[in-house]
Amino acid sequence: MALLMGAVAYDPKVVTIWAGFRSWFADQGLDFDFVLYSHYERQVEDLAAGRIDAAWNSPLAWIRTERLAAAHNWRATPLVMRDTDRDLTSVIVVRSDSPFHDVADLKGETIAVGAVDSPQATMIPVSFLRAAGLRPEVDTMIRRHDVGVGLHGDHIGGERDAARALAAGTVSAACMTDTNHLLFGREGTLSAGSTRVIARTESFDHCNLSVGASMPEDDMRRFGDLLLSMSYTDPRVRPLFDLEGLTTWLPGRTSGYAALATAVDETDFYDSAGGVTAGEEYAP
Amino acid sequence: MSTPSAPVIDLEDLGFEQGAHLLIQRALRDLPPGDELAVTGSDPALVVHLEAWCRQFGHRVHDPGGGAEGVRARVVRGHTDLNRWSAAERAGGPGSNGVVENPAPHWGLAARGALIEQGGPELPFDLTERKLVWADIAPNLYATAVSAQWNPDEAVQWEAEVALPDEVERAVVQIMTYLVENEQAALVIPARLLSRIHPHFREVVQLLAVQAADEARHVEVFTRRALLKGGEMGTSAVSGRESLATLLTEPDFSLASFLLSVLGEGSFLNLLSFLDRYAPDPVTRQVTRLARQDEARHVAFGVGHLQYQSAVDPSLRTRLRAAVERRHDALVDTAGLNQDVFDALVTLVAGEWTPQAVKRGYAEVQRLRTEMDEGRQHRLIRLGFPPDEAADLSALHTRNFM
Repeated sequence: MALLMGAVAYDPKVVTIWAGFRSWFADQGLDFDFVLYSHYERQVEDLAAGRIDAAWNSPLAWIRTERLAAAHNWRATPLVMRDTDRDLTSVIVVRSDSPFHDVADLKGETIAVGAVDSPQATMIPVSFLRAAGLRPEVDTMIRRHDVGVGLHGDHIGGERDAARALAAGTVSAACMTDTNHLLFGREGTLSAGSTRVIARTESFDHCNLSVGASMPEDDMRRFGDLLLSMSYTDPRVRPLFDLEGLTTWLPGRTSGYAALATAVDETDFYDSAGGVTAGEEYAP
Repeated sequence: MSTPSAPVIDLEDLGFEQGAHLLIQRALRDLPPGDELAVTGSDPALVVHLEAWCRQFGHRVHDPGGGAEGVRARVVRGHTDLNRWSAAERAGGPGSNGVVENPAPHWGLAARGALIEQGGPELPFDLTERKLVWADIAPNLYATAVSAQWNPDEAVQWEAEVALPDEVERAVVQIMTYLVENEQAALVIPARLLSRIHPHFREVVQLLAVQAADEARHVEVFTRRALLKGGEMGTSAVSGRESLATLLTEPDFSLASFLLSVLGEGSFLNLLSFLDRYAPDPVTRQVTRLARQDEARHVAFGVGHLQYQSAVDPSLRTRLRAAVERRHDALVDTAGLNQDVFDALVTLVAGEWTPQAVKRGYAEVQRLRTEMDEGRQHRLIRLGFPPDEAADLSALHTRNFM
């Protein structure tokens, strides 16, 4: 039986990447296949139901997977993650010529964020602001940019729209990852030097390859060992790594998801048993 | 690894949105993986962007710790960039002495001598062996060919007086029509071949490209001469097109080069000399003379390539012989040269409709055939054929000349 993994088709390159990995696994004698989902919720539910053995999960999808597993007493394992999934930060950015120098200065202001389900451009930064004393919709207005809802922020469009709103002057601040702040500056969405970082979240982790209960221990070990053995020196692997944005796989870890779990609880996005409790605004 | 004496790069006020990564990359280039680079600079977003950039390229960033004043972060050099190029290889050497025997398909369109990252698509060039396409004279011939390019507008005096008797003018038009048809074959064949050759054999591809461009010019000037007096083009017989079609169907590079350049264009050298000699007007003389200069290069490459190849492949001559015989067999039941073309050549020499003039014209065209035959034999002998075999093979060449 093939080892079956789910992946969310947030971009056509997902097919190139996983078809390439599938071919590489076949050469190593591993019968691997993948199915594509249009959003993360169905993927997580299928992992919980044992219809797939593994899932390439967003951090939010991992939180839900973990809660479903705990509630139904099965084991979920974050098998591997990209080196680039570790220790990300998000930043709160204002225009350079604005009077804002500290998060507290944003009281009463409008702050642009990404999609409702973006861990990095919405959930973690809003939780960060709340911890700094700015209650959303009470002390500050949050302007969401719901592009690709259900993709958990993988679609960069919402984050870019938030940056554009900042540049256009329709909001006082915007939230985005450190990587995308650099990207938007280099591509010209934000002209160089036109913005200022006034705050930065604690570091957090991003995606992981989550394994469900249906995968036998030995298969999981072999799958993990093969992933970790993939090398950037391998000319067949390297283009796939470049597309997927990693230079090496690292063992999965759970230590980088606490900030997101807090944000999930604060917004009642999922309940403790992994049910989707986000309001109507979350409709993947 | 704590290295208080780690090298320091000062970015001053340069940000990553303005190219700071270039200075970081340069500073990291000579460090071994694991070593640290201290970074100073005044851009407010320096640390945020440095961390984001390093994460993407496999480097790590540490807090500044103690040490040099003003250090805002320490980069631990990773090895991703080294891994990318660890198995890279040079695609031969840039000069013609750097041509390898069997360039790899994945070298693709890369410049000869470039450092090639492993991997990538394998392009479907099927002529990938040096011995199949190379000739040592190719680089020199290419240089000569480029320097000998001419502009049809300037190289030919189109306004020169041309006032021929109608029937002589018609003979010139018929010959031009025939030349255009043959030059179109001579254009298509190298163009098709060059797209099959591995670009590693750069000079051969370049030479064939110029050869195709030469033929394009020949098609132009022969057409312009044919239409100079405002008449219609001449005839195109099935026999001529049948003969040329057999050239287009030859898939083997060396055999195609042999049939087209050595035998066909070789015979054309004699024909173009003949037309130069008996041209009834200056425009006809100029276009045939210019074309002949180009064709001589094409023949030289064909002979040079086959001399090179026969030195490394003793079976070549057997295959060349078989190609001539095959083409002869395919054309044995066809008429050969368009009768209108033959008659036009006679008319051109005769210049008038008297029995003596026609006799002279006929004899001269017969002499042309003899010269063509001798030229082919001479080139076949240069390729290593014994004289008697060269004579046999030359006799089997198409009566259509090309």
